[in-house]
Amino acid sequence: MHGLEFDIAHLLAGGMVVISLLLLYQDRLYALLKVFALHSLTLALAVGWQAHIQEAHHLYVTAGIALVFKAIVIPIALYRIVRQLGIHRTLEVVGGVGRDMLAGAALVALAILVMLPVTAGTDAVAREDLAFALAVVLLGLLLMVNRHNAVSLVIGFMSLENGLVLAAAGARGMPLAVEISVAFSVLIALIVIGIFLFRIRERFDSVDMQAMDAFRGGRRR
Amino acid sequence: MSGALGWMALAALLAVPAGAALLLVGLPSYRLGAGLNVGAALLSLLASLILLWIRPDANLYLRVDDFNIYLIVLNNLVSLTTSAFSAGYIAHELESGRLTPKYLRFYHAMYQALVFAMNLAFLANNIGLLWVAIELATLATVLMVGIYRTREALEAAWKYFILGSLGIALALFGTILVYLAAQPIMGQGLPAMAWDQLLIHAHAFDPALLNLAFIFLLLGYGTKAGLVPLHAWLPDAHAEGPTPISAVLSGLLLNVALYAVLRFKMLMNANPSALAPGPLMVGLGLSSLLFAGCMFYRRGDIKRLFAYSSIEHMGIITFAFGMGGPLANFAGLLHMTMHSLTKSAIFFAVGHIAQVKGTQRISTIHGLTATHPLLGWGLVIGVVAIAGMPPFGVFMSEFLVVSSTFTRQPWLALPLVAGLLLGFGTLLWRLHAIAFGESQGTQALGPAPITALPMVTHLALVLVAGFWLPGPLVTWFQNVAALLG
Repeated sequence: MHGLEFDIAHLLAGGMVVISLLLLYQDRLYALLKVFALHSLTLALAVGWQAHIQEAHHLYVTAGIALVFKAIVIPIALYRIVRQLGIHRTLEVVGGVGRDMLAGAALVALAILVMLPVTAGTDAVAREDLAFALAVVLLGLLLMVNRHNAVSLVIGFMSLENGLVLAAAGARGMPLAVEISVAFSVLIALIVIGIFLFRIRERFDSVDMQAMDAFRGGRRR
Repeated sequence: MSGALGWMALAALLAVPAGAALLLVGLPSYRLGAGLNVGAALLSLLASLILLWIRPDANLYLRVDDFNIYLIVLNNLVSLTTSAFSAGYIAHELESGRLTPKYLRFYHAMYQALVFAMNLAFLANNIGLLWVAIELATLATVLMVGIYRTREALEAAWKYFILGSLGIALALFGTILVYLAAQPIMGQGLPAMAWDQLLIHAHAFDPALLNLAFIFLLLGYGTKAGLVPLHAWLPDAHAEGPTPISAVLSGLLLNVALYAVLRFKMLMNANPSALAPGPLMVGLGLSSLLFAGCMFYRRGDIKRLFAYSSIEHMGIITFAFGMGGPLANFAGLLHMTMHSLTKSAIFFAVGHIAQVKGTQRISTIHGLTATHPLLGWGLVIGVVAIAGMPPFGVFMSEFLVVSSTFTRQPWLALPLVAGLLLGFGTLLWRLHAIAFGESQGTQALGPAPITALPMVTHLALVLVAGFWLPGPLVTWFQNVAALLG
C-alpha cells in the first residue's frame, strides 16, 4: 500500500467521523442540513478515492450517487420541507455540547476497539474504513436518540446510512447492484419521509416528537 | 423442458405481484382492484405450487430449495386468503368513510408490492438481494400502516419507519461484514454474496468477523421479527393499520425476518470456530415469550392484544430454533406454519368484530358469541388454538418444543413452561370477557357468512394439522430440520 493513497483514504474516512461529531451539536435545522451536505460530500470523495485506489470503476457510480442525491438533492429537498413547514427558526434543545462530545468520543473509541481486532486479517484500508464506518453508524444512532424534531431524526438516519455506504465501499469488489439499490431505497425513504412530515404536521401541528409522545401518554389509560 | 417450466413459475412468482402492483396503481374502480388483488394472489399461489414439483437450478441471485419452498407456498396461500378477506373488509371501510377510493388504489398496489417483496426475500440466493427485499417490504408496510391518517396511525407508522429502518440498517452492516469475511476466501464479486456458495466455504471464514456480522444481523432482522427488546414498533403497527395488514404482518412478514436470521444461522453453524448462535436466540426468544405473557394482562385494544401474542409466538419459534437439533427445529418449522395460519385467522375475525362493534376497545366488546355467533365462535376457536390447547396444531408444536427442551436443557424448560402458561391463562381470561357475558353496545348486523370463509379455512387447516400431518410434509419438515442443524 502506497503511503499517500492510504493517508488520503484515512483522512477522508476520518473526516466523516469528525463531521458526524459536528452534527451532534447543531441546534438550528438549516445548519444541521448544511453540515449533513458536507458529510455526504466527504462520503462522495471518500468513495471516489476508494474507486481510484481499488481501480474499481463501479464505485465511481456509487460516489456519483452520493454526490448528486445525498449531497445535493436530499439536503435541498429537506431545506424546502423545513421552509414549507415553517420550522426553520426553531432552536432545538440539545443536551450540553460537552456531554454529547464525550458520548460521541466514547462511541468512536468503542467502534475502533471492536473493529480493529476483528478485522486483523483484511487489508489496512478496509480495516480503517470499517472502523470509521461503524463509528459513523453509532454517531448517527446517538444523533437520533438525542433529537426530538422529525427532520433531525431523518438527518441522523441519513448520516447513519452514509456510514453504511462507506463500509460497503471499503469492502473490495462488493457488487454494484447492491449499492444502487441502497441508493434507490434511500430515495424512496425520502419520499416516504416527506409525505409523513406533512401528515404529522397536519395532525399534530408540530413535527416535534415530544408532541407525539405526550399524545400517546394521553391515550394509554 | 421441466427446467423451463420451473423458471417460468419462478418468474411468475415475482412478475405477477409486481405487474399487478403497477396495474393497480392506475385502476380507478376499487371493486375491480379488489378482484384483481385476489386474482393476482391466486396466480402467485399456483406458481408456487408448480415450484413444489419442479425446481429450477439455483443461480447467483435466486434459489429454490427445501427450506424456502414451503415458506413460499405458505406465504402465497395466506396472502390469497388475506386478499379475499381484505375485499370484504375494505368495502365496509369505504362505507364508513374511513378510506376513500383514491387510498384504496394505493392500498391494493402496496399489498401486491408487499407480496412481491416477500416472495423475493424467500427466493433470494444473494444476501444483498435478501436485504433489499426486506427493505422494500418494510417501506410498503410502513405506508399501509399509516393509511388511515389518524394521529394514532401516523404515530405508529412513524415509529415503525424509524425502528424498522434502523433494524434494516444494522442488517446491512452485518451483510457487508459477511461479504468481508467471505472475500479473502472466495475472491471478489457476486459469488461471495451468494448464500449457497457462502455455505460451502463458510468453514474457512474468519470466525471473529463472522461473529460480529451475526450480532448485527440478529439485531437487525430481529427488530423486524419483533423480538423483545426490539419489538417496540410491533404492537402500534398492528393496532393502527388496516386489519388485513395486521394479518400479513403477523402471519408473513415476521416469518420473512426470521427466515433471514435462520439463513445466517446456518452459515454460523457451518463454521466450527464461530460463536454458537443458539444461546443468543434462546435468550431473545425467552425474553419475548415472558415479556409478551406479562403484557396481555392490561391491553385495552383488541388488536394490540393479539400483536403481543405475535411477539410471544415469534419468541417461541426463535427459542425452538435456538435450541436446535432435529426435534426442536421440526417444532419450530411446524410452529411457524401453525402460527401464520392461526394468527391471520384471528385477525380476520378481529377485523370483522371491530367493524361490527365500531371499536377496538376490549372493555366495550362483550358477549360476541350471543350476538354474532360466527365471529364470536371463530374468535374463540382461534384464541383457543393460539393459546396452545389440544386438539389444534399449535398444541402439537408447542408440545414438541417443551419436550425437546426437557430432554436437552431441563432448566430452560422451567421459564419456557412458565411463559407458556402465563400467556395461556391471561389470553383465555381476556377471551372470556370478549366472547361471553352480557352483550353491550351496537347490535349491528354481522358480515355475510361467506366473508368468513378465509377464517374458517385457516382454522380448519390448523385443526386438521392437530390430528394428522400428511406424510410428505413430515418427511419434508424432518429434512429441513436436519438442514438447519
